[in-house]
Amino acid sequence: MKKFDIFKKGLFVENPIFVLLLGLCSALAITTTLTNAIGMGMAVICVLIMSNVIISLLRNIIPNEIRIPVFIVIIATLVKCVQMLMNAYTPALYESLGVFIPLIVVNCIILGRAESFASKNGVFDSLLDALGMGLGYTFAVVVISFFRELIGTGGLSLYNPFDASQVIFDIKIFADYSISLFTQPAGAFITLGCILAFVQFLNIRKENKAKKAEVK
Amino acid sequence: MELVSLFIGLTFVNNVVLSKFYAVCPLLGVSKKPKNALNMGYAVTFVIFVASIVTYALYYFVLEPLKIQYLDLITFILVIASLVQFVEMFLKKTSPEIYKAMGVYLPLITTNCAVLGVALDNISAGYNFIEAAVAGLAVPIGFTIVIYVFATIRERLDIADVPASFKGTPIALITAGIMACALAGIAGLV
Repeated sequence: MKKFDIFKKGLFVENPIFVLLLGLCSALAITTTLTNAIGMGMAVICVLIMSNVIISLLRNIIPNEIRIPVFIVIIATLVKCVQMLMNAYTPALYESLGVFIPLIVVNCIILGRAESFASKNGVFDSLLDALGMGLGYTFAVVVISFFRELIGTGGLSLYNPFDASQVIFDIKIFADYSISLFTQPAGAFITLGCILAFVQFLNIRKENKAKKAEVK
Repeated sequence: MELVSLFIGLTFVNNVVLSKFYAVCPLLGVSKKPKNALNMGYAVTFVIFVASIVTYALYYFVLEPLKIQYLDLITFILVIASLVQFVEMFLKKTSPEIYKAMGVYLPLITTNCAVLGVALDNISAGYNFIEAAVAGLAVPIGFTIVIYVFATIRERLDIADVPASFKGTPIALITAGIMACALAGIAGLV
């Protein structure tokens, strides 16, 4: 049961984007389409799992004073591998994500999990933590991109990342009434602002309920 | 003349914070007081300017002749991390107050996307040395302007009557969105 809690907390309670507000740069930039969001989510999950496992294995060898530079070099190496693999196997996705693949190096989620979890816990726990956090990140970017693509283009589409010509689905719902602002940077800020307000609304309601229960 | 338009373009029109989302974390983190925002801006300006020159030189004079361009990420991040360490030691020695006020956000300049982003963009855009230096100056100046204006707006937001659900980060993000709209309005300038 406890193992499951480690996995679960990244999804909602400590969601890296909606609750911890980490890694917002990439979350705002790549959420123009659903395909990009899922691709980026997969890349982050891969890097996060590998970095957490490696750092957790090395946690007793790395000297405490220079741990941050060591973590960064490990993460940079992994990100470069993922970048080269994506360049080779998913060229269309690589093009559209652009500079945000190498920028996974400076994504606070990866370094944050290495510092606060993997450097203190065992390999299996770190793996679960990485999986939970990575899925939490993917969930968050998919939600943001869902709203942005739906409002910005009036439809939703998903392409096969390994072969850009292969369409999985492409629905147009209200193409004539789209608000193109939402595909632009300003729309990203506003969408995330509204989603965070909704999260805060849920928290406030929960607190109020708890207070009422106490009074009774 | 081209350099001037490059400078204005990177400072205002394609401002990295509001059009490319570099450095959104410090934008939300350090922008509570305008004074801290300015200090953060100075520190970031120094780091980005030096980092963009050093990484550019390293890429074209070391990595490319040796054909090891795939080591670019690791080299760049090490250069940036050591520069930030240097700024931290310098501030600790000369002005402990600023050092204290910036707190955890000072070492976090290492993970500021703008620093690595500018270094990588300089290479992928194919700039020459002078252009890379100009970009290394224009980007952080744009960042400083945005973070300072944003901090002054947030000071006023604190006393504004915002709906409870929107208090704090949500309204700050929507403010940033409106600022991005304003900057998009001058897109035809350059």
